[in-house]
Amino acid sequence: MTKRYLDYLDQLEAEAIHIMREVAGQFQKPALLFSGGKDSITLVRLAEKAFRPGKFPFPLVHIDTGHNFPEAIKYRDELAEKLGEKLVVRHVEDTIKKQNLSEPVGRYASRNGLQTYTLLETIEEFGFDCCIGGARRDEEKARAKERIFSVRDEFGQWDPKRQRPELWNIYNGRIAQGENVRAFPISNWTELDVWNYIKRENITLPNIYFTHERECLVRDGKLMATSDFIYREPEDEVVTRKVRFRTVGDMTCTAAVESVAYDIDSVIAEILDSKISERGATRIDDKLTETAMEDRKKGGYF
Amino acid sequence: MDILRFITAGSVDDGKSTLIGRLLFDTKQIYLDQLEAIESSGRVNEDGEMDLSLLTDGLKAEREQGITIDVAYKYFTTPKRKFIIADAPGHIQYTRNMVTGASNSNLSIILVDARNGVQEQTRRHSIISSLLGIPHLVICINKMDLVGFDESVYNQIVEDYKQFSKKLTSKDITFIPVSALKGDNIVDRSTAMPWYDGPSLLEHLEQVPVSQDFNLEDSRFPVQYVIRPHTHEHHDYRGYAGKVISGIYRKGDKVVVLPSGQTSTIKSVELGGKELEEAFAPQSVVLQLEDDVDISRGDVIVKQEEELDVTKEFEALVCWMNAKALKPGAKLLLRHNSTETRAVIREIQYKVDVNTLDRIEDVDQVQLNDICRVQVRTATPLLVDPYLKNRSNGGFILIDETSFTTVGAGMVAIVSHESELNYMI
Ligand SMILES: Nc1nc2c(ncn2[C@@H]2O[C@H](COP(=O)(O)OP(=O)(O)OP(=O)(O)O)[C@@H](O)[C@H]2O)c(=O)[nH]1
Ligand SMILES: [Mg+2]
Repeated sequence: MTKRYLDYLDQLEAEAIHIMREVAGQFQKPALLFSGGKDSITLVRLAEKAFRPGKFPFPLVHIDTGHNFPEAIKYRDELAEKLGEKLVVRHVEDTIKKQNLSEPVGRYASRNGLQTYTLLETIEEFGFDCCIGGARRDEEKARAKERIFSVRDEFGQWDPKRQRPELWNIYNGRIAQGENVRAFPISNWTELDVWNYIKRENITLPNIYFTHERECLVRDGKLMATSDFIYREPEDEVVTRKVRFRTVGDMTCTAAVESVAYDIDSVIAEILDSKISERGATRIDDKLTETAMEDRKKGGYF
Repeated sequence: MDILRFITAGSVDDGKSTLIGRLLFDTKQIYLDQLEAIESSGRVNEDGEMDLSLLTDGLKAEREQGITIDVAYKYFTTPKRKFIIADAPGHIQYTRNMVTGASNSNLSIILVDARNGVQEQTRRHSIISSLLGIPHLVICINKMDLVGFDESVYNQIVEDYKQFSKKLTSKDITFIPVSALKGDNIVDRSTAMPWYDGPSLLEHLEQVPVSQDFNLEDSRFPVQYVIRPHTHEHHDYRGYAGKVISGIYRKGDKVVVLPSGQTSTIKSVELGGKELEEAFAPQSVVLQLEDDVDISRGDVIVKQEEELDVTKEFEALVCWMNAKALKPGAKLLLRHNSTETRAVIREIQYKVDVNTLDRIEDVDQVQLNDICRVQVRTATPLLVDPYLKNRSNGGFILIDETSFTTVGAGMVAIVSHESELNYMI
């Protein structure tokens, strides 16, 4: 009997490429949500694999909270330039002004939640019918439940009780007027799979993913990079540590981890050894309630 | 390293979610913060055992009711394999979610509560697993701690199950006595059941063969997207992007494009702009052809020596997943790989009794969660294979024309004149 062997990373890659091409084939106006983090950087590499030597059939869209790591923003702009692909940036700042929203205040103040408003505005502005995102099911227990093609109503809301059945690798992208779809090509990848892929593909990441000295606030046992945006009390302890970031999101809700990992191999070794999950180590926003992610998704979040 | 995708199924409360929690816990794939979250939820029983089902029951409604509503996907790796787990709900009303999880699985773990034995849902999930062509079944007789780890209880259930499973198409069936709660025979072999000398569940999962689960014989390449760069460098470039859902493709292969029947030769096989020697299932690649043929999304590229027919008529088994009943004459959208077409259910031939696998004839409608055999006619011709011959080209979904929700999962049984395969029901 004929035999062939496809390594697990190749299998995951093949599945992700297939999903991206289904988005391209089924939708009129798709977009790829790009945050500058490693998962969306991985998505971009997969898009190259799916569509080169052609152009991407979608722009890269970044919803900028205005509180991002400057390194990530620089990386974003350089990448779009190098790829020759269209980049759309929309600012939470502008939504706050336009919709007269109140800026979150207090100890856990973060614009992360406000991104939803800007995202919905952007979807409406361009008429996007499908947004590709880099969410993974291993990240969080509500994400573990979401379909690869996740239908959202016109308010972007996810209804976990009304998810469509999703059979084999046949994705149903049919939607009614006003609805849109979030598509997640790397649903079945774990944090470690992403790192192994980055290694295999020789992808350069923003340097904040590797060890560097940084001034941080100690908040609830977590290290938060100091910046003009983070809420600070006089008694807050400020330390300088060797850190890196396991996820790169908004500076006000993404914590650093102490680390001396200086390259991909040492990061992989560190993750293999880690006793804390990616989000557990780095996200302030999930900790607030038991079902914080589900609640945000129901409200239209990525 | 390869990947094994499996599902846990079986009746309500038989311990599916707990079993997955235990697998993850005993292979040390649970992070401290996740354990703390379970501990702080206060769900610990009188023996101080944590409610491990909370690891997969992530939705608010699930945690409140203590049941699984929708499939949760979990991941773990051992030095031997990467595992993708789908934790399915046991309740009958959520059967469609179980079908969702089962459709991509290569192995199905069916749990049976040792106190209750084989139930209707045990049979229903076994039948669905078998219909979906899942090659390997593992029957875990769970909660052995509640029957004093009694061998005779186990033997009786194995006997009952074998009696029922004779009619299933899945032939590789393994039985393991376990306690998901206590961890017996999950990762480590149990000391409480010296009478059982088989492998633990994890040992079994690590050694089940998966490589031959991909069909490399029948070449099927549905085109998803056409790449036309329109640049100076790639002025005349035209690449057909898709996934090899079965078979192997090489440069120089003579091919036919269906349904049009045009022929050509493969000029190159590419991935990410680089040429490959060959592409095989389940790779996603780009094919370039020697000739300028008219190809668009939905067309299928096959090798010439296979000379296939496309058809507008076939018979199929359907799991109906909509609250609104299915009736003969129903018009629906049908999606098969990258093709979407309108379809009509011309006839409902029979319904399957999920307890006995008997046919129930003369039915005039099919309800939510029923399994039936129907005759389908499509508006455009399709290249379909019988599902059991080629799992990746025999499945299709049915979509409601107004709500656009997915209402049925179909598996082709017979294509027009072709003789019936070894279908059990
Ligand atoms: N004593 C004992 N109890 C168990 C065992 N396995 C599961 N249970 C208990 O059985 C109950 C149901 O377990 P779950 O894992 O939620 O069952 P399930 O099959 O996932 O249920 P659904 O997904 O809602 O169909 C829980 O209270 C478990 O603690 C076992 O091996 N022994
Ligand atoms: Mg469960």
